[in-house]
Amino acid sequence: MKRQIVALLTGILFGIGLSISQMVNPEKVLAFLDIVGNWDPSLALVMGGAVGVTLLTFRRVLRLPKPLFASRFEVPGTDGIDAQLLTGAAIFGVGWGISGYCPGPAIASLTFGSAEPAIFIVAFIIGNAIAIRWQAINSELIAQH
Amino acid sequence: MENFTPFSALLGGVLLGTSATLLLWMNGQIAGISGIFRGAIKMRAPDRLWRILFLVGLVCGGALWWQLMGPSFIPRDDFPLPLLIIAGILVGFGSRIGNGCTSGHGVCGLGRTSGRSAASTATFFSIALATTFIVRHLLGGIS
Repeated sequence: MKRQIVALLTGILFGIGLSISQMVNPEKVLAFLDIVGNWDPSLALVMGGAVGVTLLTFRRVLRLPKPLFASRFEVPGTDGIDAQLLTGAAIFGVGWGISGYCPGPAIASLTFGSAEPAIFIVAFIIGNAIAIRWQAINSELIAQH
Repeated sequence: MENFTPFSALLGGVLLGTSATLLLWMNGQIAGISGIFRGAIKMRAPDRLWRILFLVGLVCGGALWWQLMGPSFIPRDDFPLPLLIIAGILVGFGSRIGNGCTSGHGVCGLGRTSGRSAASTATFFSIALATTFIVRHLLGGIS
């Protein structure tokens, strides 16, 4: 129960953070990515503020024997840079750079009155499904060799 | 640079970092939106409820701010539909095979000084910069 309440409240806080910083405004995101245009450096400070906090806190938190309300920390590995990681990041970057949306802001701005976030999320789900198929085919091919 | 909003940007960023810290400290989970979303829509995934609640919170947090503070910008709704769909598919595909997005690799991964996340973040940022340049300045401003 405590874990569910924490999830809801941290989700709300995340949504407020994305909104205050205007990450939810794709035009603002594109104005940041468009450095040769009328450049708006704000998003560097969003990222700087967020990473500034996590750099200070994550190391200390992960030194604890376990989280407050769960039996263990579920964190992915940090080593092993492979082609799949970089290809995925590059493809993600193309979509982000075209539209100005990444998943969090699209979800947080669902109620703002534009249909764009909902359309983007449906397309995101389709992209996800294609990736799962693609990975399945890939691992089959590898298994055959 | 007249649209530069340093104070709200920094404040919003600190809130994002604080949210990610609380989720890790209390629940032991990484605040990576694409991963949480994937786990929430998977039918038989274990531990689905907290992910759904986090996403509900995300929608509510945005709505709360929008309602209380009043619209601070006009939401775009004239972006070319085919481009929006292609962008969504690319983001969905890329974040799946690359194991994360701006929040998981960017906000959380960099905080853990993860080499994987640093490589991912450097890649998607530079590709996004190049993409925006191409779309806006070489293809003649279709967006």
